[in-house]
Amino acid sequence: MQGKRQARDMAMPSSLLWAVDIFGRVYTLSTVGQYWELCKDTQLEFKRVSAVKQCCWGIACDHQVYTYVFSGDVPIRYQEETYENQRWNPVGGFCEKLLPSDRWQWSDVSGLKHQQLDSFTLPSPHWEWESDWYVDENIGGEPTEKGGWTYAIDFPSTYTKDKKWNSCVRRRRWIRYRRYKSRDIWAKIVSRDDPDQLPDPFNDISVGGWEITDEPLGRLSVWAVSLQGRVWYRENVCHHNPEGSMWSLITTPGEVVQISCGPYDLLWATLWEGQAIVREGIDRNNPQGISWSTVESPSSENGIMHVSVGVDVVWCVTKDRKVWFRRGVNSHNPCGTSWIEMVGEMMMVTVGLNNQVWGISCDDRAIYFRQGVTPSELSGKTWKAIVSGRESDRSQTGSSTSLLSAGCFFTDDIQNQTNAIIQGDADTSSDTELPSVPVNLANTPPLGAAASSGGNSTGHQAAEVCTNLTVDPLDCHQGEATVASTSNEKADLEMQKSRNPNPSAELQWTNIDLKEAQKQPVLSISTFAETSSLSSLGMFSVGAEEQYGADEHPLWAWVSGGGCLVDLHSPLKWFTVPSGLSSSVQSLSLSITPAQTAAWRKQIFQQLSERTKRELENFRHYEQAIEQSVWVKTGTLQWWRNWKPHKWMDVRVTLEQFTGSDGMRDSILFIYYMYHEEKKYIHVFLNEVTIIVEVLNEAKHSFALYTPEKTKQRWPIRLAAATEQEMHDWLSLLNMSCCESRRIQGPPSHHAIWSVTCKGDIFVSEPSPELEAGPLLMPCDQMFWRQVGGHLRLIECNNRGIVWGIGYDHTAWVYTGGYGGGFIQGLASSADNIYMQSDVKCIYIYENQRWNPVTGYSSRGLPTDRYMWSDASGLQECTKINTKPPSPQWSWVSDWYIDFNTSGGTDREGWQYAADFPASYHGHKTMKDFVRRRRWARKCKIVTNGPWLEVPPVTLWDISIIPSSDADDEEAVALWAISDKGDVLCRLGVTQQNPAGTSWLHVGTDQPFISISIGAFYQVWAIARDGSAFYRGSVSPKKPAGDCWYHIPSPQKQKLKQVSVGRTSVFVLDKNGNLWYRQGITPSYPQGSTWDHVSNNIRKMSVGPLDQVWVIADKVQGSHSLSCGTVCHRTDVQPMEPKGLSWDYGIGGGWEHITVRGNTTEASRVAMHDTSEESLAVSKDLEDEESKGKTEHSKTPLMVSDSQELDRNTVNC
Amino acid sequence: MTDDKDVLRDVWFGRIPTCFTLYQDEVTEREAEPYYLLLPRISYLTLVTDKVKKHFQKVMRQEEVSEIWFEYEGTPLKWHYPIGLLFDLHASNTALPWSITVHFKNFPEKDLLHCHSKDVIEAHFMACIKEADALKHKSQVINEMQKKDHKQLWMGLQNDKFEQFWAINRKLMEYPPEDSGFRYIPFRIYQATTERPFIQKLFRPIASGGELHTLGDLLKDVCPSAITPEASGARLQTTEPQHICAAEVSVKATRSTNFLSDAGSL
Repeated sequence: MQGKRQARDMAMPSSLLWAVDIFGRVYTLSTVGQYWELCKDTQLEFKRVSAVKQCCWGIACDHQVYTYVFSGDVPIRYQEETYENQRWNPVGGFCEKLLPSDRWQWSDVSGLKHQQLDSFTLPSPHWEWESDWYVDENIGGEPTEKGGWTYAIDFPSTYTKDKKWNSCVRRRRWIRYRRYKSRDIWAKIVSRDDPDQLPDPFNDISVGGWEITDEPLGRLSVWAVSLQGRVWYRENVCHHNPEGSMWSLITTPGEVVQISCGPYDLLWATLWEGQAIVREGIDRNNPQGISWSTVESPSSENGIMHVSVGVDVVWCVTKDRKVWFRRGVNSHNPCGTSWIEMVGEMMMVTVGLNNQVWGISCDDRAIYFRQGVTPSELSGKTWKAIVSGRESDRSQTGSSTSLLSAGCFFTDDIQNQTNAIIQGDADTSSDTELPSVPVNLANTPPLGAAASSGGNSTGHQAAEVCTNLTVDPLDCHQGEATVASTSNEKADLEMQKSRNPNPSAELQWTNIDLKEAQKQPVLSISTFAETSSLSSLGMFSVGAEEQYGADEHPLWAWVSGGGCLVDLHSPLKWFTVPSGLSSSVQSLSLSITPAQTAAWRKQIFQQLSERTKRELENFRHYEQAIEQSVWVKTGTLQWWRNWKPHKWMDVRVTLEQFTGSDGMRDSILFIYYMYHEEKKYIHVFLNEVTIIVEVLNEAKHSFALYTPEKTKQRWPIRLAAATEQEMHDWLSLLNMSCCESRRIQGPPSHHAIWSVTCKGDIFVSEPSPELEAGPLLMPCDQMFWRQVGGHLRLIECNNRGIVWGIGYDHTAWVYTGGYGGGFIQGLASSADNIYMQSDVKCIYIYENQRWNPVTGYSSRGLPTDRYMWSDASGLQECTKINTKPPSPQWSWVSDWYIDFNTSGGTDREGWQYAADFPASYHGHKTMKDFVRRRRWARKCKIVTNGPWLEVPPVTLWDISIIPSSDADDEEAVALWAISDKGDVLCRLGVTQQNPAGTSWLHVGTDQPFISISIGAFYQVWAIARDGSAFYRGSVSPKKPAGDCWYHIPSPQKQKLKQVSVGRTSVFVLDKNGNLWYRQGITPSYPQGSTWDHVSNNIRKMSVGPLDQVWVIADKVQGSHSLSCGTVCHRTDVQPMEPKGLSWDYGIGGGWEHITVRGNTTEASRVAMHDTSEESLAVSKDLEDEESKGKTEHSKTPLMVSDSQELDRNTVNC
Repeated sequence: MTDDKDVLRDVWFGRIPTCFTLYQDEVTEREAEPYYLLLPRISYLTLVTDKVKKHFQKVMRQEEVSEIWFEYEGTPLKWHYPIGLLFDLHASNTALPWSITVHFKNFPEKDLLHCHSKDVIEAHFMACIKEADALKHKSQVINEMQKKDHKQLWMGLQNDKFEQFWAINRKLMEYPPEDSGFRYIPFRIYQATTERPFIQKLFRPIASGGELHTLGDLLKDVCPSAITPEASGARLQTTEPQHICAAEVSVKATRSTNFLSDAGSL
């Protein structure tokens, strides 16, 4: 159970709450953690921090601004580019000599800006060059000649890669990457601005605005307030420019003391005089906003001291420490309507993600979390204290032996050491020694518990003691007062012993922490003193008289929740004091490993089996005491009747289950209906059902049931239930019955074929050996698919049982080995390995307008026009109000917003223009345009469960896992991926035991990529965003990332979108749905020679380790209807015929993705006996590939007849 | 890996081959053939012996038939103990099939409860379930269930429907992740040698020190005689030494083993 819980923690994506204590030390508290952890970079003390998910900005005690960018496996890199221009002259050919009217010899792309290679310098000390300048040999997805020159008639012109008779000028592009290196440390923001314009020292900072627009990637609004009360905006802060470029002064109506910027367009600041000012006019085109308006303080005597804003909430603290909530705040009315007083007195409050709120109490300087903040109750319910200790405190709960090595850093001053330890001990035991501050932390463990067994973290604890000591200089002299107390005498004794450093204890201590501990003494009290004097509001003034002696409960000065995501589904462990007892339970239960559990569970099972054998073996012919009768479930459902006019009609449904003597069951589903006053029924044998799939439909809770026959017809049996629960009961029961009748249970095998529908539902099918080869090929409409819980956009696997998926929100997930989940409850679901999973996707609607001479564009269309609010096709009316999430499982998590990322581009307000409605749209208005539309998006979220664990933090676009040979289990499995930003990544440490792997290795590219595939022999192919294909050279187990990219020309100027590499075959898919086979690949020439067209109408494809080809095809004709998104299997794929001959149609439509990369199940040799020639060919190995290449070449003349048959082979429309 | 489910299944489908013979003094019209049946360990005698009753009634005069009861080697068999418990308690050393004598007269009022209908068995069964849940969850789970869930549990047992039963019983065997186990482990220890019908005590799954209790700990605590090698009286199947270490009490599978069959904690 404990182990399971641990795993669940891992599964839950964590985020951080940032806080600064009164000594300026920065701590973070994870949403899955229990302890405050000291920020990795402890060089500086801070007075303010403002965090978002990817970074944290802060003002240190030197009044400088710093940014702390989290490290990650993917580097932050920026491509610098410049163009070298040349003109042809009859004497010297192309040369650097240009005409006087020409551009510079070195210029930007437009030619207007002179930029030589050496004019590029690093923007700040936080950057480094990745390599030297090199020439880009790629123009629009096409490789250029060596040297990278592109040719044109004259300069402002279109360039081609081919030199023609009239090419008078040429240019080539030089590129160089620089990389941001200051990650996981506080990087000082170096100001290169004009000294006169330089801001005075800073006093407050706030980061937000990332929801305003996602362009450029990672854009942030960074606002700062200087000591003189002026407001500054940091320009151009985004992912590849984490420091921003310069400060711009924003004029304000008065002197500002504090500022708060929400995730979206809300920005409030407080004035010295006690009013708040609200920024108006912040939007995508103007993230700085336009003007200020003023909001008065809730009370006339006490002005506003502090304000914090979220997406659509504002909280403030007035000078009398009262907390207020602003009512009626939203994007259209950023000022809100009125103040409501809240319970509690706070120093400050911070609003984080999801509008969650934290505050620092005046009483005890503890951080409180506002509980019960929900979209419907934004003000929440109660304040709850976060009692998490610091990691340093935790160490003190250990045994006294842990103090052994404490002396190793401070051999010169024993008195101080003693104090430090006393404080440490006392700190977990009591807070009551804070005389001026009433303490309300109740359940602190007794000293005895604190001093219980600590065990193996000896070294760690010791060093933490040192940290405490050195960072709390003021505590030292306070400590003397408490030395006398009896409980400390023991510690004193211990300390005497501890003067001999314990080397073994030290060994356990990690390097980083050691460094930290040693660093501390360097920062002396002087910096701290500065801190306290500077802060007017944020810092606790630590007067000499003030006694807080042995109290070690953290006293906080500042907290920032801007990067902290707390939602209903994440249980927090912040509110209980981790006692010695519970930690020992934890460690104990952790000591029972899953392996042990499995061992004795197996033993029980064996003994039970033995008992059964003993008691039953000779008596199996006895009659059973309880007759296994027919078991029947009946109910009333609706059925989509199969005669015209098609409509839903009420039917009675009966599922009859017959149990055989072996305990196995077969079932028949009866559907009773009335036809012209006549009672009729249809029945389905569940052992013939191939799939039961939920049809998400806002109007009906319906599902479809397919048999091979129904698949051929493209006309399933559709049933609907009155409630979601009822439907899930039926689905669960029918699924279980189907699995039972097919004797399928437990997790899918390593060879399983996985697929995903366009609704994100996951299905898995066990391949039979006859699926890929044999005299009698199994038609793929007979494959049985069962559902697995979870929600994914794509899924990839290999034949070692390693399965990864990517959600619609690009989150990466790894398969846990479980089964069931989702609606599949009870016994059809594994008890372990099922975790919560969530996904977010966008729902889009279109606002359509027509131009008329009187009013211009308006929402009044022609009578023949589409709805003014519609879906993409225009056929369905979709208004903001009537559009609902796809199913009750989904809930909205944002408001409607204009989507600017529509293909074709948009203008500044998101509009796209066209001549008339069903047309292609463009992002600017022309004379010929009479209609326009814009896309609105709204995010919705599903929370479900399934056998998936998140692989944070990099979000992904594509994955490929190598189909491995019979490697041993320990060997690392090559897994390549494309991040959603287009970075190519290589996962390290992926093994069968640890399918999630350990870390990402970034593989540099000159442009973003969209698709990747790794074949059986480490052939890595990839597709770039510009549609070009690349081959990665020299990838091997020893060199997992390979060495360089080879640009492969695309087929006939098609833009490619997907690649899949099987054992030896390479297939690509272009953006027009054509499937191509790479001809001429040999081990010595793995890039191949030419592309052969195979089929059209393909949406997605997967080439397996047997070189089998499976696709998702569109426009598949069935006997009753047409289907889009249909699983199809290429038949007659053989070593001599790698492209196969025709398509076999399987389940669909509505399928989105399939992977057959786990299926290495070949037909048995016996089955292939009579086709000995083939079996010979199949059994050939890599060394035969050379000859295979030859045979393919020798077959080239046949190409003509192949292409003649092309139409017959394609998926029919 | 062995799944919990495999264990549950084996426990559920545990069967005891039984031979029913009519008591010699019963008056019959013709000779009564013995009747052979596979009895489910987890069920109750009177619940699964309709066939037996019918079989012997055929050879008896109607007026000779009164309430049926069973006896093994002179011991009347309590119908309200699970069959597996009865077998392990009284007959585990016997050669199979288990030979049970069927009586229709001289109901031993002192030893046995009357069982006039299946409702009585149902009432008894539900009372056991409720008692167990009172120990496990302060009755919270059972009380939150609907009437039809209770019915499904019972019907599952009555009709030998493993899935049907476990679809509901699963809820009774869960505990919130923040708790590390049940409040108390529901168990009863039956011994053939003592007069005491059974031993029952409050027993927490986790020791005060935080470590998880094992079945061995439980026995040491409540029935030390059972784990000394000399003590042969205790009819707990799980007293084989290797089994004790296997039976970490915190694990559902094991607990359900105890819960449903071996110790007959119902």
